[in-house]
Amino acid sequence: MLFGIEWNTASNLAFATSILPILLIGLITTLKATVVGFILAIVIGLVLAALKGAPLKVISYPAAFVIEFLRDTPLLIQLFFVFYVLPELTGIAIPAFVAGAVALGLQYSAYCAEVYRGGLEAVPWGQHEAIKALNLPSAYGFFHIILPQAIPRIIPALGNYLVSIMKDVPILSVVTVLEMMTIARIIGDRTYNYLVPLSMVGILYLILTLLASFLVRFIDMKLPKSGIPLK
Amino acid sequence: MSEPMIKFDKVTKKFGDHVVLKELEFEVQPNEMVTIIGPSGSGKSTILRILMTLEPINGGVVYVDGEPLWHEERDGKFVPASEQHLRKMRSKLGMVFQQFNLFPHMTVRRNLTEAPIRVLGLSKKEAVERADELLEMVGLSDQADKFPAQLSGGQQQRVGIARALAMRPKILLFDEPTSALDPELVGEVLQVIRKLAEQHEFTMLLVTHEIPFARQVSDRVCFIDGGSIVEQGPPDEILTEPKEERTKEFLHAVLHPDE
Repeated sequence: MLFGIEWNTASNLAFATSILPILLIGLITTLKATVVGFILAIVIGLVLAALKGAPLKVISYPAAFVIEFLRDTPLLIQLFFVFYVLPELTGIAIPAFVAGAVALGLQYSAYCAEVYRGGLEAVPWGQHEAIKALNLPSAYGFFHIILPQAIPRIIPALGNYLVSIMKDVPILSVVTVLEMMTIARIIGDRTYNYLVPLSMVGILYLILTLLASFLVRFIDMKLPKSGIPLK
Repeated sequence: MSEPMIKFDKVTKKFGDHVVLKELEFEVQPNEMVTIIGPSGSGKSTILRILMTLEPINGGVVYVDGEPLWHEERDGKFVPASEQHLRKMRSKLGMVFQQFNLFPHMTVRRNLTEAPIRVLGLSKKEAVERADELLEMVGLSDQADKFPAQLSGGQQQRVGIARALAMRPKILLFDEPTSALDPELVGEVLQVIRKLAEQHEFTMLLVTHEIPFARQVSDRVCFIDGGSIVEQGPPDEILTEPKEERTKEFLHAVLHPDE
């Protein structure tokens, strides 16, 4: 029994049917962690990208270091840092879910920062020169000329990271977040049947990933990008 | 003699240790059409890019329409120009790029109306009228609602010329306008440039490898090599009977590439 729901071990099918509602409760946690992590990633990533692009080296160098550090250290270590080390330093306990979402957000913010930078740099330099030659104000040029050409390059890459974040959520099981995979393992521990719950998690993940990829492609298709040469 | 429209006074430009322009002295009179020829890396495009304020200079003074371009006069001294001064000076110049640099996400018409509305403060109606006149001039009236990628290279470059003209500049800079084009599309672009040259309403500076065209339309041809002007004068003189050995070699290489 988990979350007040009993399981039926009479047959594999009956077992699967009885634990599905339990796994779906975990799936909601997985989705919540994905969404919160992703929002943190795109916002922190934007800040990091802006800082790294700053003209002052005092700002851009530390930002570049932070991005490199976040990208080059394992998610698990960052998670342990947020969950175990940070409360030690600050004296404030962080709930497992929050720690997990923050760790996901931090790691992927570094990737997002690179996506923003790459998307902006992929716009040909001639566009900046045309903006100047036509005397358009630089802020206007950035928001109306450069950014509209960068966004169709940025969105698909961000979508891929959304899917990646979702697939990284099971790592949060090590800090006791009751996401889908953790719950499947608990059910396995208690019933000695790991095959059914873990297979179900696999299938649910497959469905989620396919849906997310479909959503990303749909948004990508809806983006206005007439005439923008995308390689 | 009237005051020159463009004057380079001992202008030096370096990229790192590499000196591109060496104390260059160069003048263009109002409504004069000057063609600059020379080997690649000779600094000819750099002259245009300095004028369009895309490249700062390392020494000397550039004057445009009687005023210093990269400097401002304060208490009788030249100080580096403010962005405000650069914006004012830039409005005198228009540039046509080798790679066109049209805005790919905007229709042809919006490419021509964007800056006049935002920068010159034209109403949308005025800007569209001006754009349509210019498109007619370059022979592209029927392409106004297309995106640049839907046009041929020659058509895109004609839009590029119209876009520069839409800002009503005094000086037009053409940076190898036909170098990125397929050979059969070069003619339509040169035709537009010829039309502008014949109007004598603009000071025009053209960097090109189209020697026969330069001979027909230019008032003056400058051969530049190694960051300074080797030889300049009327096109028939420079292109037919050059005095300098380097000019002869260059012209021979360009006109008879197979020898």
